[in-house]
Amino acid sequence: MSTVAGGTEVKPSGVVPVPTVGKPARRRRLRPGTLATYIFLTAFAILFVAPFVYMVTLSFQPLGDMFSYPPHWIPLHPTVSNYSGFFTSDHPIGRWIFNSAFVSISITVLQLFFNSLLAYTFAKRKFPGRDFLFFLGLATLMLPSQVTLIPNYLILRGIPLFGGNNLAGFGGHGWLDSYWGLIAPNIGNPFAIFLLRQYMVQIPDEFIDAARVDGANHWRIYWKIVIPMSKPALAAVAIFTFQFQWQAFFGPLIILASRQLYTLPLGLALFEQGHRSVWNLIMAGSVVGALPLIIVFFIFQKQFVQGISLAGSKG
Amino acid sequence: MAQVTAPKQPITVTAPKRSITRQMRNEWTAYAMQLPGLLLFAVFTVYAVGAAAYLSFTNYDPVARSGDFVGWANYRAVLHDGTWWAAMGHTLYFTLGTMIPSMVIGLGLASLLNSKIRGLSFYRTAFYLPAITPLVIATLLWKWLYNGDYGLINYYLLRLHIIDTPIQFLADARWAMPAVILMQIWLSIGFNMVVYLAGLQAIPAELYEAAEVDGATAWQRMRRITIPMLWPTTIFLLVFQTILGMQTFDQIFVMTSGGPPGPGGATTTVTYYIYLNAFQYLKMGKASALAWTLFLVVFALSLIQFRWYVKQVER
Repeated sequence: MSTVAGGTEVKPSGVVPVPTVGKPARRRRLRPGTLATYIFLTAFAILFVAPFVYMVTLSFQPLGDMFSYPPHWIPLHPTVSNYSGFFTSDHPIGRWIFNSAFVSISITVLQLFFNSLLAYTFAKRKFPGRDFLFFLGLATLMLPSQVTLIPNYLILRGIPLFGGNNLAGFGGHGWLDSYWGLIAPNIGNPFAIFLLRQYMVQIPDEFIDAARVDGANHWRIYWKIVIPMSKPALAAVAIFTFQFQWQAFFGPLIILASRQLYTLPLGLALFEQGHRSVWNLIMAGSVVGALPLIIVFFIFQKQFVQGISLAGSKG
Repeated sequence: MAQVTAPKQPITVTAPKRSITRQMRNEWTAYAMQLPGLLLFAVFTVYAVGAAAYLSFTNYDPVARSGDFVGWANYRAVLHDGTWWAAMGHTLYFTLGTMIPSMVIGLGLASLLNSKIRGLSFYRTAFYLPAITPLVIATLLWKWLYNGDYGLINYYLLRLHIIDTPIQFLADARWAMPAVILMQIWLSIGFNMVVYLAGLQAIPAELYEAAEVDGATAWQRMRRITIPMLWPTTIFLLVFQTILGMQTFDQIFVMTSGGPPGPGGATTTVTYYIYLNAFQYLKMGKASALAWTLFLVVFALSLIQFRWYVKQVER
């Protein structure tokens, strides 16, 4: 708060367009209050980042050193054997990483496509039943996911002619324990539809009318006008969906049975419960598993922050 | 569109008919665009909700793949299930215990970052880092930090002479839930901070300038401008965190398995208990009744929050 007061004090001198005046003004701003702010923020930042640093440190320590007391922040015997062991151990961890990537990227792409189609029709088309369907979709936002959890499990198990099922959906496991089961129930996302729709409504109708006059059909309007103009909202949905799906745990836990199909979070969690002596591999796996989201965050930081404010203002 | 059809209308008698066929064709493409999404919605949401309602009145056995209609028996069992209501309490404890501190700290950090501070993106990244860590990985990491024998937290508590003997955080019924909550606060501050920061930046600077002219103190500016202007943001976060809190599962599964002393113990949340009933005890009928009970509670909470919001806006 003192920074605000300080800011008003230096304002008159700041108006003078002489560069040398700017310097003392800036130095003056670093008053005890501002300094305290920096110290406080930095201390907090260290507290927030420390567990990560420790995780990375542990991932480069041999198993014996990890359990030594007192704990080490700097590895005594640095090694990459945890990482190499990760890919050579009898747990198919490389496969788990692939599964996670395949499933979360598939869901993200399919969600963007199908949900933006729905959003476009809700935003820019007029057809009987539109408002009813939109309201129905919105109402499901209130429904806790636990309600549809069990039926969806049974629906996946009963998909006919898959996983050993007969035409009536009996006899086998259907889409359970398959990529299909992980992907299909996650494509529809009312929140994404709502977010995209709210964004697309703002696109001026003149653009669409002009395209209609030029003879563009609705598919072209969707693909050539609405999609390019909705990029910020699409980026936000893509980032959130990927982030959400990359760490998905509950779905894979109840759907998957064979270890070959595990996603990374499921593999790591069950790995830890079954074997107490693989913490070195878990730490290495955690670093590998955390990296994609951190990379995505650094690349799309702007879209990330925009997306959150978008969700905050539209939601 | 109107420009194209309008001049044609007076010329040909068939014009209204043509416009109807055109409209129908337009509608047809709208429905076609909706179809894939609607199909998924029909199966995995609409049908699933009906199935969940039906299941809750049966004693469906997923192994035998059959069940009998049992009337209200499941709901009566739920009413008298002490573990369920205890789980409700644990979930409320977890949700409030996480929500309040992480929102207050998030707002505090956001307002510090909103003053003219340098290194904004560095601090923002540091505070947001936990939020982009996959949940299972963060939980595994904290499980290690909490360990009684080699964990970092006990190590520092002992070295600072705050405690004399290590605390078995996750094996102690008094400490397990606070431990999970502390981790969750660390995880969720970043998101709250980013949302609040966006909210703060959307407040017009003129309001503060006018207040300053009127000689308002920092506290008055906070009370009269910042907090009222942030109401929509706050409500969004409250609703969002309540929904998330009700779904808490991964942390519990990985960190404590619902204990101590075990499943059904001190950290068993509603979602974890539903999971236990459906997929461990194989009582899918009862689990469905539990899920509907949860829906009622969530619905009531949302209503209260909404009415509160309306009241605040009206004021």
